Amino acid sequence: MKPGLKRSNAPIFWSLFGAGGMLSALFGPALVFITGIAVPFGFILPADAMSYPKMLAFAQNFIGKGFILAVIALFLWFAAHRIFHSLHEVGIHAGVGAKLICYGSAFVATVISVVVLLGLGF
Amino acid sequence: MSKRRPYVRPMEGWWKKNPYFVEYMIHESTALFVAGYAFVLLVGLVRLGQGEAAWNGWLEALSSPFSLIIHLLFLVAILYHTYTWFKIMPITMPPIIVGGKKVGPGVITGSGLLAALGASLVMFALVFWLGG
Amino acid sequence: MTENLKIIEIEVLRYNPESDREPHLEVYKVPFSDDMSVLQGAQYIKDNFDGSLTFRWSCRMAICGSCGMMINGIPKLSCETFLRDYYPNRIRLEAMHHFPIEKDLVVDLSGFIEKLESIQPYIIPKEPRSLEQGEYLQSPKQFSDYIQFTSCINCTLCYAACPQFGLNPDFIGPGAIALLHRYNMDSRDGAAAERMELVASEEGVFHCSAVGYCSEVCPKHVDPANAVNINKTNAARDYFLRFLSPKGGSK
Repeated sequence: MKPGLKRSNAPIFWSLFGAGGMLSALFGPALVFITGIAVPFGFILPADAMSYPKMLAFAQNFIGKGFILAVIALFLWFAAHRIFHSLHEVGIHAGVGAKLICYGSAFVATVISVVVLLGLGF
Repeated sequence: MSKRRPYVRPMEGWWKKNPYFVEYMIHESTALFVAGYAFVLLVGLVRLGQGEAAWNGWLEALSSPFSLIIHLLFLVAILYHTYTWFKIMPITMPPIIVGGKKVGPGVITGSGLLAALGASLVMFALVFWLGG
Repeated sequence: MTENLKIIEIEVLRYNPESDREPHLEVYKVPFSDDMSVLQGAQYIKDNFDGSLTFRWSCRMAICGSCGMMINGIPKLSCETFLRDYYPNRIRLEAMHHFPIEKDLVVDLSGFIEKLESIQPYIIPKEPRSLEQGEYLQSPKQFSDYIQFTSCINCTLCYAACPQFGLNPDFIGPGAIALLHRYNMDSRDGAAAERMELVASEEGVFHCSAVGYCSEVCPKHVDPANAVNINKTNAARDYFLRFLSPKGGSK
C-alpha cells in the first residue's frame, strides 16, 4: 500500500450531498410548484393554504419542523457540494475561500433555520 | 541523458469539447437553482419567525410576476435535476439482484421517477387536506 | 487496385519530444477499403508517409488494450473502430486525453501502472489453505459478484474519459478502482479492509463526481463508474462506523 495516505473527510459532505440530492429530486419540483406557483396564484390549490396560522401550526409541529429543516438545510448542503466541485471543474481553484463560501453558507443557513424553528416553539 | 519530455495538455475548457460533458455541466448547474429555491424558503422561514405582518409580506412578494418567472425557472431546472438524478442512479448504487438477475438501469431510473411522482402526489394531497 | 479505394483524410496530433515545443496536427490522405480499421489507417501512414509516427498496438482484436486513442475526441480502441464510419469526413487522432504525451499517440502510463500496483490486484486469501486442504471453492453466485470487473483489459480509455483524473492526476481513477473492487468482491479475498485505506484516502473514490463517461467508453462493459460509486458508499460506511468496528477501520 502507498505510504502517507490521508483519510478524506469527504464522507461528511458527500452524505449531506446525497441526502439533499435525493430529497430535492423527490420533493423539489412539487414543492416549487406548490409554494411558488399554485398557492401564491390560487392555481389548482387553495390560496389560503399558506396563511400565517396554518404555516405557524405547521412549523410548530414536530414533523413540520423536521421537514422544513431537512428541505432548507439539505437542499443547500447538496447545492454547496455541487457548486464547489463545479468551480474546481471550470478551473476556479479558489481553494479554502470557495470552500468557506459554499459550505459556510449552507452551515449558516442550517443554524438560522434551527434557531428560527426552535424560536417558533412547539 | 534522457530524451523524454512528456507533454501535459491543459484542461481549460474540457467540458465544452464533448456533448456528454456539456450535458454534465448543465445538470450539475441545476444546483444553483436548488440553492436559489432553498434561499427563498429560508427567507420565508425567517419572516415566519418575525410574525404575521412579515409573513404576509413574504407571501405578497411570492405573488409578484417576477417571483412567478423565478419559480418557473426553478421548476424547470429542478425537474431536470430530478430526471438526471435518477438517470445517474444505476451507476451510483450497488447492483440490485432480483430472482438471480441484475435489475436493469431503465427499471432503476423508472422507479426513482415513479417515487418522485408519488412523493409529489402525497404532498399535493396533504396541502389539499391541511390547507383546504 | 488503388483506383478502387476511397481516400480519407486522417489528421494526427504529432509530438516529438526531441524537436517539438508542443504538439501540432498533420494531415495525411489515406486510401482505404471498407474493412480497414483506424489502427490500419495509422499503420498505412507509418508505412507509406512517415515512419516516425509512433503508436501502440498489438493484438488487433480488442483484447490487448494497447491501441486506445482519441478518435474525433472520443476515447476508443483504434483496432475496433472503422475508417468507413467516418468517411467522407476528416478523422482526427490524438493521444489519449489526460495523460502526458510521450511521443505522437503514445502516452506515459507509468502513473497508471503505479496505481495498479497500489490496489494490490491479486487475491490475498481470507484464510490461507495448505495444499492438502485443497482448492478454494466458490459458488456460481459468488463468482457472479465480481465476474464483470474481471473483464478490464487496462486500456485506460476510462482515464481518457475521466475529467476528474485530468484535473487531479493523483486520483486512483476508474480502471484501477474497478479492479480493486473485483478483488474486494471475490469470496476468496480477505483484504478489503486493507484496500479501504486507499479507497477512503484523499486520492481515493471521492474525487469522482459521477460523470459516468468512463462506463460509457469502456470497450468491455466493466462499468467502472459503478465500482467507484459503490466504494464511495463503502468508504462512507467505514468513515462513520469505524469506531464501532473491532479493528477500528483504517486510519
